Amino acid sequence: MSQAIERARTYLKPLKKLPTVWCGGCGLGVVLSSLTRVMAEMGLDKNKTATISGIGCTGRLPTYIDTNTLHTTHGRALGFATGVKLANPELTVITAMGDGDSVAIGGNHFIHACRRNIDITAIIVNNCIYGMTGGQYSPTTPHGKRGTTAPYGNVEYEFDIVSLAAGAGATFVARTTVYHVRELDKLLERAIRHRGFSVVEVVSNCYTSYGRLNKFSGPVDMFKWMKESAVTVKQAGEMSPEELEGKFIRGIHVEKDQPEFIDVYDKLAQDLTKGPSTVNQKLRATIEGYEQLGDKLKAGIG
Amino acid sequence: MARRLTLTGNDAAAEAMRQIDPDVVTCFPITPQTELMHKFAEFVADGDVKAEMVLVESEHSAMSAAVGAASAGARVMTATSANGLALMWEIVYIAASNRLPIVMPVVNRALSGPINIHCDHSDTMGCRDTGWIQLYSENAQEVYDNVLQGILIAENPEVLLPVMVTFDGFIISHTVEVLDALDDKDARDWVGDYKSTYSLLNTDEPATFGPLDLQDYYFEHKRQQIEGMNNATGVIKSVGEAYGKLSGRAYGMTENYMTDDADYVVVALGSTCGTAKVVVDEMRAEGKRVGLLKIRSFRPFPHAEILAGLASAKAVGVLDRSVSFGAPGGPVHKEILAALSGTGDATVVNYLYGLGGRDISLDHIRTVFEELETLAGKTIPADEVRFIGLRG
Repeated sequence: MSQAIERARTYLKPLKKLPTVWCGGCGLGVVLSSLTRVMAEMGLDKNKTATISGIGCTGRLPTYIDTNTLHTTHGRALGFATGVKLANPELTVITAMGDGDSVAIGGNHFIHACRRNIDITAIIVNNCIYGMTGGQYSPTTPHGKRGTTAPYGNVEYEFDIVSLAAGAGATFVARTTVYHVRELDKLLERAIRHRGFSVVEVVSNCYTSYGRLNKFSGPVDMFKWMKESAVTVKQAGEMSPEELEGKFIRGIHVEKDQPEFIDVYDKLAQDLTKGPSTVNQKLRATIEGYEQLGDKLKAGIG
Repeated sequence: MARRLTLTGNDAAAEAMRQIDPDVVTCFPITPQTELMHKFAEFVADGDVKAEMVLVESEHSAMSAAVGAASAGARVMTATSANGLALMWEIVYIAASNRLPIVMPVVNRALSGPINIHCDHSDTMGCRDTGWIQLYSENAQEVYDNVLQGILIAENPEVLLPVMVTFDGFIISHTVEVLDALDDKDARDWVGDYKSTYSLLNTDEPATFGPLDLQDYYFEHKRQQIEGMNNATGVIKSVGEAYGKLSGRAYGMTENYMTDDADYVVVALGSTCGTAKVVVDEMRAEGKRVGLLKIRSFRPFPHAEILAGLASAKAVGVLDRSVSFGAPGGPVHKEILAALSGTGDATVVNYLYGLGGRDISLDHIRTVFEELETLAGKTIPADEVRFIGLRG
């Protein structure tokens, strides 16, 4: 056990960055520990892994992780991640985003990354609120729940991130909570191993900004809510719509094989450059140029 | 009757917005602006205002919704900072080009990257050519006053341009100050009701906003926009005078603080002017002829007031809180050089300070004045920049 913790710890940056900026009781620490544990168990090469984020509480997550990291602008983690992956397809690319980051300001990037099926893992920590800026309601704040900009309850309706990702074409879609830690480990590993665009929605708790406004007595109360409200895919299959009222479904929702974007692209390039025509020669020269650039980039990163 | 209040800069802007009670307010949270809209959301929730408030999913949408509502004939406000302003960029131009009198407090914050949430002027200085009027504020009192005046300046039929009221992130936005506010009736009478010249909602007289405008008329429309901005100079002054009669606090394009006989003048914008005034007072008491030229309206640029304020100066220190990379000096420095071009032989020295919230102290400004004394009469290359408070 302690060896596993020691291994996970090697994926954290030197301790001067700790403690984290997150409030006491926040679920993001659970996500950070789970991700580093999974990285250690998988033996991911730090120099061949890139952890990328946007803005917000979750945006701070790569600050603590000792891989290549890129802290970008609000909503654009997937845009930057797509560039990183295209420039160096050998990298394992993981993005960490909050609900505001991924499905509000970055919503368009999100659905198109799903559609494109590029080999990136998107971890979405959904705490149902804009936490860092003080509790404004977000696109995942449930209808009727309170935010500081919805003091009498949210009049809008929330996104279901799993349905959104599935509808947009993501080939691996899962959901769990920060209470279900072992499942979180398992799902993160499955998502990282999945060849294609994978989404893991991690339902989390923001007691500071969301819990206090919505009659939770403390962070533990919010963990209890997750324990009681999250039902497995299997359990849900046996429950009536009435029984499912107020519940959400955890586990793997989508897992399918579909050719990955870079694989398709490479195959197309190979097919097009067969044969002796001038066009093909030019294409070959262009591709070789990109490959040389890629080698230079890799040398720089290594 | 004035009311004496104790508010942060953000709350002062929100208080002015409460009294204005715009038809539509669009918003998206970003540090350090967030508390401003927070406060306004409370006014909406408590029924203190009738404004329709829309919380959208990005700043690009916040400005787009503002443009839509203003085109429909509404009085519209929004607010932002730094990266939020950068994300609005495309629509910031459209608001000005479509002559929509939107008023937007901008809480100055450094632009990424690396990510920084503290004050400098890179966000609004980057916007200086968007066609928006820009009023910089020294403290919470001026934030409040500028927001109320901004409405009248923007909506003046000779101007019809959007207004940014800027104030320094955290330094002003999160600092509690004492200020005097108008009572609600006076404020309501001051802003009056807005009736747009053209409205998308007026189906009897249909209007078109922003259609394709190519080689045929685009140039003429830009000329009209230039004239609107030129007209703003007179309107800012007349609104500032009228506001003085109402509140006892008159405003002009600049505040020329003890510049009349000054040998050495510092030019600055925003909260730094408050610090500089203390230094000017101290050095005046020591018998030094020093002064401060505070630029309130950076757009339109106050040429006449600059010339008047620097008429007696032997040396001028221009303090820039943003960089114009590759240009000869910061944005304020360049404009001062242009204003002074061909008018005399004052030595102009450019100082870059305060990027990303780096503090500027009384001692720093005193050092600038002392350095100006040694540099008077010398020729300083336009691209020579001195740094204040920089390590190494």
